[in-house]
Amino acid sequence: MPELKYWQAIRSALRDEMARDERVLVLGEDVAQPGGPFGATKGLLDEFGPSRVRDTPISEAAIMGAALGAAMTGLRPVAEIMFLDFMTLAADQLVNQAAKVSWMSGGRFHVPLVVRTICGNRRGTGPQHAQSLEAWLAHVPGLKVVWPSSPGDAYGLLKTAIRDDDPVVVVESLALWGSRGPVDEGADVPLGTAAVRQPGGDLTVAAWGATVPVALDAARHLADEGIGVEVVDVRSISPLDEATILASVAKTGRLVVVHDAVSPAGVGAEIAALAAGQGFDTLRAPVVRVTAPFAPVPFAKHLETAYYPQADDVVAAARRVLER
Amino acid sequence: MVDPYALYETMARIRSFETAASKLLAQTRIGGFLHLSIGQEAVAVGVCAALRRDDLISSTHRGHGHCIAKGGTVERMMAEMFGRESGYCKGRAGSLHIADPNAGILGANAIVGGGLPMGVGAALSAQVRGSDQVSAVFFGEGAVAEGVFHECLNLAGLWRLPVVFVCEHNSWAEMTPVTTHLAAPDVEEFAVPYRIASEVADGNDVLVVHDAASRAVARARAGEGPTLLVCRTYRWRGHFEGDPATYRDPDELAAWQERDPLRALREVLVAEDTSAAARLDALDAEAERAVQRAVEAAEAEPPAPVGTVVEDVYRAPLAIHGGAHA
Ligand SMILES: Cc1ncc(C[n+]2csc(CCOP(=O)(O)OP(=O)(O)O)c2C)c(N)n1
Repeated sequence: MPELKYWQAIRSALRDEMARDERVLVLGEDVAQPGGPFGATKGLLDEFGPSRVRDTPISEAAIMGAALGAAMTGLRPVAEIMFLDFMTLAADQLVNQAAKVSWMSGGRFHVPLVVRTICGNRRGTGPQHAQSLEAWLAHVPGLKVVWPSSPGDAYGLLKTAIRDDDPVVVVESLALWGSRGPVDEGADVPLGTAAVRQPGGDLTVAAWGATVPVALDAARHLADEGIGVEVVDVRSISPLDEATILASVAKTGRLVVVHDAVSPAGVGAEIAALAAGQGFDTLRAPVVRVTAPFAPVPFAKHLETAYYPQADDVVAAARRVLER
Repeated sequence: MVDPYALYETMARIRSFETAASKLLAQTRIGGFLHLSIGQEAVAVGVCAALRRDDLISSTHRGHGHCIAKGGTVERMMAEMFGRESGYCKGRAGSLHIADPNAGILGANAIVGGGLPMGVGAALSAQVRGSDQVSAVFFGEGAVAEGVFHECLNLAGLWRLPVVFVCEHNSWAEMTPVTTHLAAPDVEEFAVPYRIASEVADGNDVLVVHDAASRAVARARAGEGPTLLVCRTYRWRGHFEGDPATYRDPDELAAWQERDPLRALREVLVAEDTSAAARLDALDAEAERAVQRAVEAAEAEPPAPVGTVVEDVYRAPLAIHGGAHA
């Protein structure tokens, strides 16, 4: 199995899918000639040509809408919205249009559209390049939302997303861009599945994207004290893999959810509701969320570090939950 | 009559500020995304010199020049770069978000095109309040591809708003040349369908920019509506600090560096008056000293307290704080 960096895994998935299926095209700002703002589309223009690999103007609404229209008429576009924050500029075509086309057309149109976007969290990019807006997206019926935390998942989830017949937003973490890991090009990573990254019996920590390494860090720390933490990488925000989360909670009886988004009306609340509802009989302590405070993302390094959940915060939350 | 030495002084301050910022980032004494406008100083300075202190500007990701030219202080800007509480954003938002109501700076912006609608809104406000304030909106030619550019020109044209749309046309949007991203690269053409006035200026000649901007501002103040002012210029540095800019031809850069806006003005002034060189050297030196003092003061200040991150989210703090940080 090759070891790839996160961004190389993204490039590999795009390459493999473009080679396999000529309906796949890639469009976005700086994706063709420059090879992507951070290199994830390098080489695609040379290999697949300017018709299928397109530099667009800085026009997020038109990028999204053009990709939607192409998806409705026989292509399988992968549109890139450079940062998740800029999804707001494309929101009409994504939320009001793409997400609803299948339903509104009585299932006669399908939208095999993939939107790749980067979250700049934990990278000093500040209030308009680092927002974790996954809850906004997950709140829209018709959209699927995934957020890989490893090169393997960056490859596998993107590949599955491209083969899916519904609109899928793939959020990528700039903070993980250079991280390395094995990539199994044959393995399928179905949408709607979570992954247990580390088994443990005392406590479940659910995380996704750039908070997965934080959760694993905390788990290592607690393991030194003999506490077994089960780390669940949620990775599919919508649809949520309820079964895997509930099975873990049934085993441990305790749940901490970690995310970089703010807490109100967030995905952590959704997971907490799942545990408190279907998992009620198995819970032995209140669910605790470890999140950013209810404020925009600061740029200054020391403020950003304090803003995002760190391993120490997860450890502290785990202790509180374990006291019960 | 505008004082050309004052124009030079402001350009020198911008150049010093950004040169210092570039070094500070390379030395990791500051962090974050840094986009420099070195080479484009004449646009910011020529336009802002045509404005009054109570006029308004909205700016971009490449906004240090606009903010300094409109009256932002290098002390508070540098403190912001260092994440200090005396910075314009109390150290929390950084270079991309400098704002100052006292100097009429609505804000720099990390969203391409993000400053246009609010700049139009400031012009609407002036019109409704019966004030003769003018709003100047800075943006790069890359923003012309965003829908808001067209919505704003249409609205401002319809309502005859006192706004000057200032396009800093440097022919590159990140790593992509204008011919790849605009169907009509001569941006001034967009004034025609929206039936507003237009001006085209050499963006590296501060006197020419100032003349064109003065005409546009005079029209706006007189109630004659908006102007689209297009200034051709060039950024010397990469898109952001750390971008090696391998995508462009070094000869293209060299040709524009020959047309350094500071040196161009210097040549004009020296040709008129042989004592000008010494005066300009003194202005250069003073600009560098002022920036150096700002760096020292900022570095000496402690980092902004961590607890301040949750302040100012609302005017009055929420009774129930939504955070769930363990
Ligand atoms: C809505 C949005 N889309 C994309 C970006 C990423 N981005 C930042 S600057 C830039 C290029 C802007 O070009 P231009 O407007 O010409 O300004 P310049 O950088 O040349 O000063 C891009 C694409 C962004 N910040 N906001």
